[in-house]
Amino acid sequence: MSAALAFAPGDLVRVRDDYPPGHIRTPIYVRGKVGRVTRHFGSFGNPELLAYRLTGPKEELYEVRFLQRDLWDDYKGSERDSVDLDLYRNWLEKI
Amino acid sequence: MPHDHHDHDDDHHHAHDHAPPQPDDKVHSYYQILGIALKELLVEKGVVTAGEVRAAIEKRDQTTPAFGAKVVAKAWSDPIFRIRLLTNANAAVAELGFPMTTTQLVAVENSEDVHNVVVCTLCSCYPRELLGLPPAWYKSRAYRARIVQEPRAVLAEFGTHLTDKVEVRVHDSTADMRYLVVPQQPAGTEGLSEDELAALITRDSMIGVTEVNWSA
Repeated sequence: MSAALAFAPGDLVRVRDDYPPGHIRTPIYVRGKVGRVTRHFGSFGNPELLAYRLTGPKEELYEVRFLQRDLWDDYKGSERDSVDLDLYRNWLEKI
Repeated sequence: MPHDHHDHDDDHHHAHDHAPPQPDDKVHSYYQILGIALKELLVEKGVVTAGEVRAAIEKRDQTTPAFGAKVVAKAWSDPIFRIRLLTNANAAVAELGFPMTTTQLVAVENSEDVHNVVVCTLCSCYPRELLGLPPAWYKSRAYRARIVQEPRAVLAEFGTHLTDKVEVRVHDSTADMRYLVVPQQPAGTEGLSEDELAALITRDSMIGVTEVNWSA
């Protein structure tokens, strides 16, 4: 039905280190950071277009898990502590 | 009838509704005034009726964390439902009469090894169909900024102290998914009914800032 998915659970991905203007649902604190894909949620309308009443192809949405120690230099807590974010394919690059 | 000026005012009365009464002595912010003006315009233009707006507010106000508590109590009591909730949450909560409207629900389960907590750093995304309106602190900049950066310190401020053996997993609701934490069932509650269990399950435990406590 559709083309193969860009990522599979377990893949390491880097979030684009990019700061374009507009309505962006990728928080700044993960831009440029490396995480691991934990699941694929399906494809959804791209909020970067929807915010301006534009339409376009749906984007694959992934759950990506980041280790806290990879996000913050001075993180206090367990080495396994993590943050999961829902990120669209157009923000992710395979490593 | 002091305001009865015959046809003119009668027409006026029936042509459209005014804004419903507002709380006394309330100072409105710029955005509240903007919201009221927008609603009045939509009503005057016939896009929505005042009755529809009122009914939507009433429905929203009747949605409470008791809905989510029923879902969690069912998951604790019924292993098959628990699997459905964890794998296809929208179908599972619709079964219980609490359908999601425009978003997808993801249920995340606490265990001996993982403690989940939910935030929306970008705005205030929240599973309103199951928990009602979010508490003010959930929308505060302090919670949104700190829970992703120092979750253990924030949890401790809520009275939740976790050892380093437990992985703290923060869920930042950045897209179309809404998160419901399934807290750990306290030891000793296995014999309780679903209603008795539901009474133990609090809003904050389903956001993930607390655990569920029980003492016999």
